[in-house]
Amino acid sequence: MTEQKTVTVNMGPQHPSTHGVLRVVLELDGETVIKATPVVGYLHTGIEKTMENKLYYKAIPCTDRMDYLAPMSNNLGYCLAVEKLMGIEVPEKVKWARVLLTELTRIKSHLVWLGTHALDLGAMSMLLYTFRERESIIDVYEAVSGQRMMSTYIRIGGLAKELPKDFDKWVRKVLKQVPQGMQDYIDLLSGNQIFINRTKGVAVISAEDALNYSLSGPMLRGSGIKHDLRKASPYSGYENFDFEIPVGRIGDAWDRYLLRLEEMRQSLRIVQQALDGMPEGPYRAHVPGVVLPPKEDVLYKMESMIHHFKIITEGFETPRGAVYQAIEAPKGELGYYISSDGSNKPHRVRVRPPSYINLGALPKMVEGRLLSDVICAIGTIDIVLGEVDR
Amino acid sequence: MEQTSLMTEKIRDFFSSRFADAVISEDNFRDQQSFYVKPEAIFDICQTLLNDAELDLKYLSDITSLDWLGDEEAEKGRFEVVYNLYSLTHHNRLFLKVRLQEDNPRIRTVSDLWAGANCMEREVWDLMGIDFEGHPDMTKVLTADELDGHPLRKDFPLTWEQPKFTWNKDDPPEVIK
Repeated sequence: MTEQKTVTVNMGPQHPSTHGVLRVVLELDGETVIKATPVVGYLHTGIEKTMENKLYYKAIPCTDRMDYLAPMSNNLGYCLAVEKLMGIEVPEKVKWARVLLTELTRIKSHLVWLGTHALDLGAMSMLLYTFRERESIIDVYEAVSGQRMMSTYIRIGGLAKELPKDFDKWVRKVLKQVPQGMQDYIDLLSGNQIFINRTKGVAVISAEDALNYSLSGPMLRGSGIKHDLRKASPYSGYENFDFEIPVGRIGDAWDRYLLRLEEMRQSLRIVQQALDGMPEGPYRAHVPGVVLPPKEDVLYKMESMIHHFKIITEGFETPRGAVYQAIEAPKGELGYYISSDGSNKPHRVRVRPPSYINLGALPKMVEGRLLSDVICAIGTIDIVLGEVDR
Repeated sequence: MEQTSLMTEKIRDFFSSRFADAVISEDNFRDQQSFYVKPEAIFDICQTLLNDAELDLKYLSDITSLDWLGDEEAEKGRFEVVYNLYSLTHHNRLFLKVRLQEDNPRIRTVSDLWAGANCMEREVWDLMGIDFEGHPDMTKVLTADELDGHPLRKDFPLTWEQPKFTWNKDDPPEVIK
């Protein structure tokens, strides 16, 4: 009788801990992983191709649907890239509001990550608590845009509409509620022996490997590399804000847990600063023919109505050339490479998806480890399959 | 800002002193430095940059591709591959661009220099159909296994569905199992 040593197991696509439809083909020797191959593409909807065939304005809603846990970050990356292409300078108030909203988005995304990661590792109640705090951030989304998830609030050259009058009230509620909630998470997880055993020393990636695999975001910083695009290549006025970049020590799942918690605290700091120092001013840049005029003007001014009509029906002409704009999204470096051929539609929009590239390091993290560590590794990468597959 | 322009000069010097015959042209659209280089030189350039401590362009941010079918740019080669390098110390970006001919576009892989290039090149192959020679696993990654063609090419139809994906709507209902 021939002895077969290894066995191949399909993990996913319908597996609760794969955060969507990710399949990992695992070659196991007993409980040890010999080889892991992530299989993606189940959610591929061709968003990049779709965006090529839409006017610049009409491609914004496509960006929400990639990383649906952080829609504002996706909006911001795309709008900054188009603004760079067109050479548009936005008003100060817009910059501050964008920073505030994307930092709330970071907290929101990290909250979902924390809840699901803990859920994967057996701490069921965490998800209920993190979603409680997430709700307060969704309330802000709803207040500003009327939408709870796919907000499409950040537009080319500004915002979709003026910030609501009670904006302060909603944000202050977040600032009050999230720190209280974070204390609960720390009480529940930081001293939890099961959680510590499942994360400490698991899914380790060294600094050298992290760079070699082009990792970004908390995955890179967890390995001790102090790189954050908000500090390194500031965009949207991040140089005006005072915040720290936390880094991990050895690059295991525990480090990244502590790091993301600290990032949430720093985001709260930025939100506080942005709320206190929010300048007055228009919510959209005044660039006739390119940036949509404010809705109030469209109703009462002839020229504004003409511009509005022309932008919506024909779009605007762009200079030939290619731009790349990267932002520090909750999951890492989210970049938009927009190539223009001079027409009113983008010639090519490439999205640099942070979670897809971070997922490339999964085999490195789990090979030679136990099967149960795969669950932890997938959770700690913080993937969103909508963005991986696009 | 001053540091960035200093690095721009240094990168220009690097190319003119070491890869003068590989560079076709330089472009500085919106303060983004990019070099069009010959496809056969890309591996050498990347390897030299990876060992260059002064420029420190060691972080491969992205690899992407473009299709210039039907555009005046297509004369220089229909496909374009863009390598996006970033310096973690100087915080500047460098774009290396390569033009490839229409029939049988292929280029040497860089996945042995950066492990992260593996998944980026696979995606380019899947969506644009550019072959990376020497890549360890040049298989489909995003599109369905049965799909013919490469969706991001400009001649790939936008709305038409390939027969095997239409669930045979025009066939009699008993065909659908």
